[in-house]
Parts: sequence; structure tokens; C-alpha cells
Amino acid sequence: MSTPLITLTSRAICLMDPNIDTDIIFPARFLLKIDRDGMDDCLFRDRRFDATGRMVPDHPFNDPDLREAQVLIAGPGFGCGSSREQAVWALVDWGIRVVIAPDFGDIFAGNARKNGLLLVTLPEAACEDLARQAQAGGVFALDLPERSLSLSGKEVARLDLSASALQAFLEGWDEIDVILNREMPAVRAFEASHRAAQPWLYAGEG
Amino acid sequence: MPMPATGTGRTLYHKIWDSHVVREREDGSTLLYVDRHLLHEVSTPQSFVALDRRGIGPHRPAANLAVPDHAVPTRHRNRPIADLQARAQTARLEENVARHGIPYIPLGDRRQGIVHVMGPEQGFTLPGITLACGDSHTSTHGAFGALAFGVGASECGIVMAAQALAQRRAGTMAVRVEGDLPLGVTAKDLALALIARIGANGAAGHAIEYLGRAIRDMTMESRMTLCNMAIEAGARVALIAPDETTFAWLKGRPMAPKGAMWDRAVDYWRTLPSDPEARFDKEVVLNAASVAPHVTWGTSPEDAIAIDAIIPDPAAMPDAHRRARVQRALDYMGLKAGAPIAGTPVDAVFIGSCTNGRLSDLRAAADVVRGRKVAPSVRAMVVPGSGLVKQAAEAEGIDRVFTQAGFEWRDAGCSMCVAMNDDRLEPGQRCASTSNRNFEGRQGREGRTHLMSPAMAAAAAITGGLTDIRTMGPAS
Repeated sequence: MSTPLITLTSRAICLMDPNIDTDIIFPARFLLKIDRDGMDDCLFRDRRFDATGRMVPDHPFNDPDLREAQVLIAGPGFGCGSSREQAVWALVDWGIRVVIAPDFGDIFAGNARKNGLLLVTLPEAACEDLARQAQAGGVFALDLPERSLSLSGKEVARLDLSASALQAFLEGWDEIDVILNREMPAVRAFEASHRAAQPWLYAGEG
Repeated sequence: MPMPATGTGRTLYHKIWDSHVVREREDGSTLLYVDRHLLHEVSTPQSFVALDRRGIGPHRPAANLAVPDHAVPTRHRNRPIADLQARAQTARLEENVARHGIPYIPLGDRRQGIVHVMGPEQGFTLPGITLACGDSHTSTHGAFGALAFGVGASECGIVMAAQALAQRRAGTMAVRVEGDLPLGVTAKDLALALIARIGANGAAGHAIEYLGRAIRDMTMESRMTLCNMAIEAGARVALIAPDETTFAWLKGRPMAPKGAMWDRAVDYWRTLPSDPEARFDKEVVLNAASVAPHVTWGTSPEDAIAIDAIIPDPAAMPDAHRRARVQRALDYMGLKAGAPIAGTPVDAVFIGSCTNGRLSDLRAAADVVRGRKVAPSVRAMVVPGSGLVKQAAEAEGIDRVFTQAGFEWRDAGCSMCVAMNDDRLEPGQRCASTSNRNFEGRQGREGRTHLMSPAMAAAAAITGGLTDIRTMGPAS
């Protein structure tokens, strides 16, 4: 169940390097955790701390002025690499609710939707412009019911969200429930015809 | 009815997609039926929690197959797992699958291995199916003409609960590889050359279909290597049309159809290849004959060059962002712009992973190693992709070729590809690796990874540095 996202007002953290992969966002050794506690401690761990455990002061996620930031502006290919959903959990656990980038890793984007992390895709030049303004202290405002994202009072994006996607963000949801509650008759009907057509896929099942 | 699927100008991707549509949703997404689900210990604990919270079980337990691979040790398999977190994670998988009646291959079973090696080996992977797994390299299974894609933990839960997932149709991208690969050039080199050309996002939002004579001539294992790396080009899935090579490889596998059902399945599978008049949204053409053995120099798989090329110079790049990124990668990798990449000394060699941990990969490496010794400064490790690969290699005596040369011969698992167990680089160590990712810290914090083919990695182990396999003479 994701936490509802309706409006927010926030400064933004900028990480403009291309291809920030999910290994950087959430290093693999922490994948041994079975539960979901303390995900934010692992976020960008090996960039925020050096090998001796000392904090890297100039990493944007270590800037105390940005600790409350809920918006992240990133370079192209953000979230490429491993399928680990922990990368999304850690961002959300930290407090990030919106990521703006030219494009995203495909599996990461699927994981984001399921956890109430809004991804906004804008051209690279626009992202860089937003980053400049954000670094100069600009404040983002998101109004999800209005499908509007603005920076320092000026709209920078109309959000391309379907009615159901919008509702999912506004209400917080779990997609399993949607499918289980509304779509299982369709799954069973499909399954019957699929089984008739490709019976070898059901060998040994009653 | 989802069959038959011929003669309408459709691509392989569209044929498989169309035959799995449960329903089109109002928001433009499609609820897609998922035939098969592979599970491992790392991406599924939270998926089972989602089922348990609702008090439900998997919709079709037999559509799932589970194996521990990512976090497991690659030696001392007769002892309990030393790392307590890894032990707990593996035990959790075992409890979860037992409670829900999901078929399971335990750590001590000779069939145990990396999901993407084990699945095809067992015949769990078949043409024309949809297959999901909580692992990005699920694209590997596209080598069989299966629509196979990586998902997150939430989606693993959805697949188990509902046997379906909401998906959006991808664009299609044809990658035509004509001509023959030269001697010493492999599917891995082709994959790296392609990613270097189109970039790590080059296939974003697209389903790649590999076409052309070089692909038709490839073995199944080479096809798996190629499809495995497609995710590193940003592709959602990779596909190769099933053909006689596919059928011959699958026939007789434990979970493949048998008898009359096999014939019926093959008849269907023959309808799957893209129609001649099918159109793709994007197209890339590569001449196999022009591909040289490749290695990576940087921290993205797109940072690949021919082994006889020069390390790129950021100063020569007009774009400031690119300049900064290349400089950062060179600093991380400890490399000097403008120097030849060949001869760069390595500390470690890793042969294995879902990309290159199959029997033919080990044979190719052993052919280079036979009669030679690992350079004294190098720690070299071979990790078979599955217990069956290990057993087959030992039956051929390949294990002795490696161990006599000074390689470590390990048990099957993901090992140093993801560095979730003890198999990892120390800070600053440089590794010739047959794995799929050279990201910062991928093989261990501050470790430096050069991706390459098994033969090239073997050559690096012998000479102690990155080496053009084409210049290695016979062992003296």
C-alpha cells in the first residue's frame, strides 16, 4: 500500500550524472535484508559515505538544507540496471516522492508506480534548466489533482496521468487488490482458452 | 483464441503479446497473462509477505519454479551458510515455497544454479511463453522466443497472486546482424559492440528482436548471452525467433513437453517468427565481420571498445556532460586517457554469471587456459552457472584444466557478478569479468570491472593483463 500523494511543496536535490543505476541507489550487499526497515540508511550509501564510513560532505543527499526535499532531478537513465525494488523503497523511505529525469530504467519505472513515487519525464535541456533553478533555491509545487508541477510559481509540466493512475496516487493503493478484486474473472476466462490452445503449458495440473 | 498467429505482418513480439492479452484496460495498459515465474531468494521475501497479508496463495503453484542463487556461497556447500543474513534469506525462500507448494530446487541439488541458467536447462523456459522473474537479466530467456522480462518484488507478488501483470506494449527494434563473426569473436563481443554503439539507453522502451544470419547460425548458449545483455542497452525484452536450433536444444529437457504434445507445441512454435512483411519501429544493422573482441574501460556497459583500441580522451569530447562523465569513469577505473587498453594489469579474473557461466563458455575459457598457468599476481575464479554445468564440465575434465592452471573451481551461483556473498573485489582491485555489469561497486566496493568474453578473461588470467585473444599463440 503506497502513501497517498496529493500536493507537495519542496526544494529539489539534483543528481545530473547519466545512468545512475540501482546499484548506486541501493548497493547490493544490503539486499540481504529481508524486511523493509531502515531502507533510507542504505540510500546512495557508497556515495554518501566513503570506505571508512566517513560522510562525504558535498554529496547532495548529505546537504542538511535539503534533508526535507521531496523532489529529485536526475540525469538520463536514472534507475537503470538491476530490478531491485529496494531502490524505490529507499527513495520513498527517505522522503522523495517525485523524480524528474529525461528517461528512466524500465523496471525501476514499474516499481516506482507501485510505491507512490511519481516519475516525470522531461527533455534533457528542460531537466538541466530546472536543476539550475533548483540549485538557486527554487521551490517546486506539485498539485496532482490539477496534474500540475510548477517551480517558483511557474508551471513546468502538465502531468500525463490516466484517471486510474491519478486515483492510485491520490488514494494510495496496492495493485494486487485491483487485479484480485476486479479482474480475476477475466484471468480465468483467458486461462481456459489459453489452456485449450497450449495445453503443454499446463501439463500435470488438474 | 490466442492461436494461430501467421500471415498478418506481425512481429514475434506482437504475436506473443497478442496471445497473452487478458484484457485491455481503460488507461491504455494491458493486463497480460504470465505463463511462468522464476523465483530466487533475494527479490521474493516481500512478495510472499504481500500474499500472506491477504491470506492467499499462488494462483498456479506449478507455474512457478524457485532456486536460491544470488546470496549463496560458492564453496563449503556441505556446511550451513556462514553469513547469517544470507542463511536467513535462503531459509525464508525455502519456507515460503514449501508453504505454498511451489516447485523448488534446493542448494544441495545438482540442478541448483543461476535462475537464468537453470530455467532453460530444465525446459521451464519455452518458446511463445511470457515469463517474469525478479531479476533484470530475465531478458536471457528471449533466446528461446519467450517474452521474458524482469520485474520488482511487488510485481513478483502480483504474478504469483494473479498470474497476470499490467503492462504497456513496447516499441519494436530490429537488430540485424549479417555476416559471420570472425575467429575469436563471440556473442559477448557482439553484445558489447552493440551497446557501445546505441548506448545504455539506446533500446529504452523497446523490445529488441535479433535477426540475420549471424543470429541464425548461433548456438542457444550464444543467443542467451546476447539476449542477457539486452537489458544493458535499456531494452525491455530481447527476442530471437525459435528455430530448429531451439527445438533441438529443448527436446528431452525435464519440463519440456513430451511425445505428441511436443509435436503439437513445435507446430505452434513454428508460427511464431516475425512475418516477412512485419515492420519494426527502429532498426539497427551490424556487420558481424567487423566486430573485434571488446572490453569495457568505464563504469557503464556502453563504455566498451575493441581490445586493440585506445582509452578514450575526455578532452577530445565536445559535450561538457560527456567529458565530465568519461573523466569520472576514468578516475574511478584508475585509467589514463589515450593509453592502449590492452596490457592493463588485472588483479582478479571472474568467469561465470548468467551471461557467461554455461558449458560452452567454460570450454572456451579452458581452451585458452589448457597447458598454461595463471599469472602469479592474479586471483582467478571459475563459477559454473549451475550444478549441471559443473558436473558436465567435470565429466570433460575441464575442472582440472582450470585447477591445474591455478584457478579456483567453485559451486554454482551469481557469485562475484553481484557480490552478495564472499566473492567480491577489494577496493581498487581490477577484474577481468565475464559478467554483465561494470557499474561502480558492482563487484565489491571500489572494485574495477572490465567486461569481456570468457576466452578474453582466460587470456587475462594467463598474461596478468587485458589481452587480445587473437594474439595468443598455442600454449608452449
